Amino acid sequence: MNYLAANSLVMSFLFVGLVMAAAELFSKHVVHERIHSSAIAIAIGLAMAYVGGRLSGGSSGIADIGVFTGVGVLGGSMFRDFTIVSASFGADLGEFKKCGKAGVTALFAGVILSFLVGMIIALAFGYSDPEDITVIAAGTVSFITGPVTASSLGVASEVVAISIAAGVVKSISIMIATPIAAKHIGLSTPKAAIVYGAMMGSTSGISAGLAATDERLVPYGAMMATFYMGLGCLLCPTVLYWITCALLSTVF
Amino acid sequence: MIYGTAIISGCLLAGNFAGLLLGSFLGVGINVGGVGFSMICLLCVTNWLQRQNRLHPNVKTGINFWKGMYIPVVVAMSASQNVVSALSQGAVAIAAGIAAVFSVILFVHWLSKRGLLT
Repeated sequence: MNYLAANSLVMSFLFVGLVMAAAELFSKHVVHERIHSSAIAIAIGLAMAYVGGRLSGGSSGIADIGVFTGVGVLGGSMFRDFTIVSASFGADLGEFKKCGKAGVTALFAGVILSFLVGMIIALAFGYSDPEDITVIAAGTVSFITGPVTASSLGVASEVVAISIAAGVVKSISIMIATPIAAKHIGLSTPKAAIVYGAMMGSTSGISAGLAATDERLVPYGAMMATFYMGLGCLLCPTVLYWITCALLSTVF
Repeated sequence: MIYGTAIISGCLLAGNFAGLLLGSFLGVGINVGGVGFSMICLLCVTNWLQRQNRLHPNVKTGINFWKGMYIPVVVAMSASQNVVSALSQGAVAIAAGIAAVFSVILFVHWLSKRGLLT
């Protein structure tokens, strides 16, 4: 066991290879290619993360178990960003120029829509403090935006944990829902991927969700998703917080 | 191989630096769109090499290797998500996360119905 833990990054290549192979077999023979094998591999990954988290009590899924620590390195933000950037190789720069305006509009619309939804849910669950509501709504935008907003508003309570969890739930739901919804919502062109990525945000959710839908769409959606988080961190503690305060003072 | 890998590294470092600069300029203290800038950088660099006819096959192999590693990395990433905590923070977090995704899907569906996404 120590031997395997010492070679944990090498172990992680083997682990992911086996998961991918299992997913491919499952896709071919059990569901007859109706579900993309990447989607199945990602679902297996999430299930493993649940099991790993239960067994270890840690926060990084299966990567908290000794022999699997390398999975956390391979799936960490350094390798993720490195491979996402390489995945853009072959994408058409012209598409971005053509859809620039739609993309930027979608970024604003996406941040505001997610924030509003988070606000409504927080109100529905009985929160009435504008700071608490803003932090939960910011978490609904993304799991980075939540804590950033909380620290700039000086909020330090259990709502911060809730906001991070809301962002993680969102990211996981994007991974699962994107390949299922893709056909019904016309997610098949670079422009659709740009708008979808810009409205959804969450680089990890989008990169996994689009990979399971159509790998060629990944760069278009993922690039917008990285700008989404920045815009969220900009709007949530400022304009959207002021709007929340103003709305709450007129309602109550 | 290594040339392709090095080009990606250069673009990622440059892009992240730009993202950090933009972040501190805007006063949010985080990396704003670093990966996005890196992608634009890689697309510009490879386009330029292509036009100069200097995008050698071994450079392409280097980039394509990492491109192929993308899905395995995403699988490793999903296996190291904090799924337990996401599910145990209670109904507010789950409801907010799922409702946000669902409303965006509805919105994009509406846009595509109106033919705005083609």
